Amino acid sequence: MKIDWAALGSVFGVSLAVTVGLVALFTLGIMGLSRRERAVAQGNSATLAVTGAYVCFAACAAAVAYGISLIMTKA
Amino acid sequence: MENFSLILAIVVVTALAFDFTNGFHDTANAMATTISTGALKPKVAVAMSAVLNLAGAFLSVEVANTISKGLVDETGIRPEVIFAALVGAILWNLLTWLVGLPSSSSHALMGGLIGATIASAGMGAVHGDVLVTKVLIPALAAPIVAGVAALLATRLSYTLGKKADGKAAEKGYRAGQIASAGLVSLAHGTNDAQKTMGIITLALVAGGAVAPNSDPPTWVILSAGLAIALGTYIGGWRIIRTMGKGLTELQPQQGFAAQTSAATAILASSHLGFSLSTTHVVSGSVMGAGLGRKGGVVRWSTATRMLVAWCLTLPAAALVGAGAESVTDLGDWGTAVVAVFLIASSAAIWKISRREVVDASNVNESEEPPGVVTTAIAAVTPPPAGTVTDDLTATIPAPATTVAVPDPATPPAAAV
Repeated sequence: MKIDWAALGSVFGVSLAVTVGLVALFTLGIMGLSRRERAVAQGNSATLAVTGAYVCFAACAAAVAYGISLIMTKA
Repeated sequence: MENFSLILAIVVVTALAFDFTNGFHDTANAMATTISTGALKPKVAVAMSAVLNLAGAFLSVEVANTISKGLVDETGIRPEVIFAALVGAILWNLLTWLVGLPSSSSHALMGGLIGATIASAGMGAVHGDVLVTKVLIPALAAPIVAGVAALLATRLSYTLGKKADGKAAEKGYRAGQIASAGLVSLAHGTNDAQKTMGIITLALVAGGAVAPNSDPPTWVILSAGLAIALGTYIGGWRIIRTMGKGLTELQPQQGFAAQTSAATAILASSHLGFSLSTTHVVSGSVMGAGLGRKGGVVRWSTATRMLVAWCLTLPAAALVGAGAESVTDLGDWGTAVVAVFLIASSAAIWKISRREVVDASNVNESEEPPGVVTTAIAAVTPPPAGTVTDDLTATIPAPATTVAVPDPATPPAAAV
C-alpha cells in the first residue's frame, strides 16, 4: 500500500497558505472600506485606505479567476 | 436485443436519478453557510448554485473520461451491475437526507459499485489498498485540512478585522461569501455532474451503444447537467440546516473563512491529484470556522452523528448494491423487482420526510426539536422491510439502526 504523503502534504500546505492569505487580504480590504466609511462620516477622505482596499480586492479577484481557470483546464 | 436496450434505458434513468439526489444532497456544501449567515436568501442561493452547477457540467469532460475510459475494465461490466450500484447509492443518499446528515455522494457511488462488483465477480475484484488510499485516507484528511485552514483564517480575520465594522464590512463579507460559494458550486458541477456522465457513458459502452473510448455524447452531458442543477435547485434543506445551523452558529466572517477554505481545499486537492470529497471538506471547514471564533461552539453531538454516517456510507451502499446485484442476477424479473423496490423505498422516504417538512421558509430555524430525527429513523426502518425480497430487507435496517444508536443519547446536547 502506497500512501501519497507528498500529495497530501502539498494539498495541506497549499490549502492552508492560500486560505489564510486570501482571508487576510480580504479582511484588509474590508478594513480599508470601513475606514473610508468612518472617514466619510467625519467629513474626511481616506484615499490611501481605499486604494489599498481595492488592491486587496483585485488580488482576491485574481485568485478567484485563477481558481476558475483551474476548474476549466482540469476539474 | 430489445431487452438489452431496455436495461440500458433503465440504467440511464437511474443514473440521472442519482445525479439528482447528488445535486440536492450537496447543495448544502456550497450554500449552507451562505444561507445561514443571511448573505443570500435561501431560494436565491440554491438558484445560483444550480446555475453554476449546470455551467460547471459543461466546462470539461476530464473527470467523466477518467471514469468511462480505463478505470474499469469495460468488457467485464454489465449494465445490471451499474444499475445495482446506483440503487445502493441513491437509497443511501435519500436516507442520509431524511435524517439531515451530509455524507459524500461519491462514497455512496463507490460503495454501491464495490458491493455490486463483489456480488457479481467476487471479493477478488476489489483492491483493498486502493480503497484505503483513495477513500479512507482522503476522508480523514479532508476535514482536517479544511478545518485547520478555516480555523486559522477565522482567527486571523477576527484579529485583523477588529476595526472592520459597519455597512461596508457587512457588504464586503457578503460579497466574499457569495464569490467563494459560487466557486464551490462550479467545482461541484465539474466534478459530480461528470461522475454521472462517466457512469452513463460506461453503461453505454458496456451495452454496446457507444464505441469504447469515446467522449460522452452531448445528450448525456446536457441531461446530467440538468439533473444535477434541478436537484440543487430543489435543495436538500434538511442537510443545509444541519450544515449551516446544526454544527455551529456562524457569523459572516466565519462563513467567509469557512467557504474560502472549502473552495481552496477542493481546488487544491483536485489540482494536485489528491481528490477530496466536497462534503467532508465543507463539514471540516465549517467546524474549523466555528472553533476559530472566541466563544464559538461546535456541537460535537451533531459532528459525531455525521462521522458515523461517513463511516457507514461505503459499507451501507455496498450492502444495498450487493443485494440489488444478486437480485438482478436472477433474471429480468429480478431487475424489475429491484426497480420497483427502488421506487417504493424512495417514495416511502419522501413520505416520511413530509411529516417534518424542512424547506426554504424554515431552513434557518435552529436545530429541530430533539426526538424528531430519532422518530424519523425509527419510522424509516419498517417500509423497506415490508416492500420486497428477503435479500434486500436485510440490508436497509442495518445502516438505519446504527445511525440511530448515537441518537438517543444526543438530543439533550443537540437542543442546546
